[in-house]
Amino acid sequence: MNACTTEFQTGGQMPPDLFEAERPRGPIALWVRHHPAIAWGGGLLVLMACIALLAPLITSYDPANMTPMLRGKKPSWAHLFGTDMLGRDVFARVIYGARISLMVGFAVAVIATVMGVAVGIVSGFFRFADTIIMRITDGLMSIPPILLAIALTAISRPSVTNVIIAISIAEMPRMGRLVRGVVLSLRERPYVMAAQAAGTRLPKIILRHILPNTLAPIMVQATYICAAAMITEAILSFIGAGAPTNIPSWGNIISEGRAVWQLRPYLVFIPAVFLSITVLAVNLLGDGLRDALDPRMAKRV
Amino acid sequence: MLLNAILKRLLATVPVLLGVALFVFSLLYIIPGDPAALIAGDTATPEEIARIRSSLGLDRSFWVRFAEWLLQILHGELGTSIFSGMSVSHLIGQRLGPTLSLMSLTLVVAIVVAVPMGVLAAWKQGTMLDRLTMMGAVFGFSVPVFVVGYLLAYVFAVELSWLPVQGYRPLSDGIWEWLRHLILPSVALGGIYIALIARITRTAMLEVLSQDYVRTAKAKGLGQMNILFRHALKNAAVPVVTVIGIGVALLIGGAVATESVFSIPGLGRLTVDAILRRDYPIIQGVILFFSMVYLLVNLVVDMLYVILDPRIRY
Repeated sequence: MNACTTEFQTGGQMPPDLFEAERPRGPIALWVRHHPAIAWGGGLLVLMACIALLAPLITSYDPANMTPMLRGKKPSWAHLFGTDMLGRDVFARVIYGARISLMVGFAVAVIATVMGVAVGIVSGFFRFADTIIMRITDGLMSIPPILLAIALTAISRPSVTNVIIAISIAEMPRMGRLVRGVVLSLRERPYVMAAQAAGTRLPKIILRHILPNTLAPIMVQATYICAAAMITEAILSFIGAGAPTNIPSWGNIISEGRAVWQLRPYLVFIPAVFLSITVLAVNLLGDGLRDALDPRMAKRV
Repeated sequence: MLLNAILKRLLATVPVLLGVALFVFSLLYIIPGDPAALIAGDTATPEEIARIRSSLGLDRSFWVRFAEWLLQILHGELGTSIFSGMSVSHLIGQRLGPTLSLMSLTLVVAIVVAVPMGVLAAWKQGTMLDRLTMMGAVFGFSVPVFVVGYLLAYVFAVELSWLPVQGYRPLSDGIWEWLRHLILPSVALGGIYIALIARITRTAMLEVLSQDYVRTAKAKGLGQMNILFRHALKNAAVPVVTVIGIGVALLIGGAVATESVFSIPGLGRLTVDAILRRDYPIIQGVILFFSMVYLLVNLVVDMLYVILDPRIRY
């Protein structure tokens, strides 16, 4: 963090140069040069978010509107990505699909993070709870996350909310483990012990001394959870265990295109490209954040 | 000594397995709808439904049923499918071959590709090769397995017709037929796994390559390949093997989607069909089975530590 603030300062204080070739880069260009992954990932993500938010402005078609006359049309100017087997405009469905994927990704990242942080702090501070919580997470973590999500969506009514809850539960244990590990190591730090010795109450120690120091690894982990959640959502929809089929999630569009994919490969590949780019953006952002926030972590995974 | 360690680890797995079993059992317990009413059909009277309930033992307490269910499992019986009335263990046994073939071939492909990739990337750290490998890894993490599957199938099966688009042949049909049908699925499924292993191999190798004994080996005039693969890789093996074990979870999850793409009649297809028909005993059985496999794989990995790094003792 320090490195990039100084970068900002020196960049801003540079006197304007008369010679084009020698002109120093502006603060933004410098920052981008130092953190290309964050810039690319963040940029792509902002673009996707804009597409999702501005969907009604980008396309005038309703993604759910079926026009039987226009079934299975190939791409044209009227229907950029053609129409699907029910006569719905695929361009509109893909554009609106960005909303579902981003919503699932962010919602899961937030919910799994909040739950994971709570669980991690409790088990990091309370011995008796730690044993129980760790046994439960051991159990949850020995079920492959996608299967766990499948199990949970299979017993609930198909809805985007249930998909979000299911993936959050499947992703939560890893976050809990991470936070617990960080808390355990922070607890032994002199400043935390000093605060304890000075009689600071536990909630204040957690808020003031523990949480701020867990923020960097939590943020990085949260971006990876976001990426994993978007892929899991797509796989769930793809195999028919995800959002209801009338909801235009990218997984659902791919799943519907499956039946005719050899004749109309674009019905599968267009949503697939959007999905892959979005997940890539989030992963790039995560890698960039990891390197920027903690250079030591760059050596790990 | 080693036997002792294995026993200890096996015992430590028991409570975890119990936890998984409890979770999987509660799944069936809390599902919406009454299985007795489902079996009895639409025209059944409440008395008939009650009779079926008690004959199925559904009227007893949660823990009694859980204990009975556990006993059943210990006898290798995972219940019966609601849809086909067949035994779940039998169905799993039937579908095991294709999934095991797919997963083991993927495992081999991934290790053979990813480990040398990671080693070379670490050796040539900072070069174009290293950057390309790391970029490839980010892509591997980002492109979902079924997308890679369709892409490969489109290029190599539909357009070039080099390999079959879908289907599966058992090994008894000949090794070439078996392999031909599994190449595309394994490469598709292996993508994310290769990314994971290559990345961890590179990181572990970078750590090792900066050690004194590597410099000594160089000073002795040992060949580069000898240093990399015999001296360095051996010492970097523990994290690599660990991630191979953990990554099996990705393999299992990915197999469900891959089998759908390539119409492979394995456990993944069984699960997907069960989801569509809400056949909960099958879903339960498959999850329990896969979790056991996953735990077992990681148990083996833990055992490997002792062999790979004699300093580790349990």
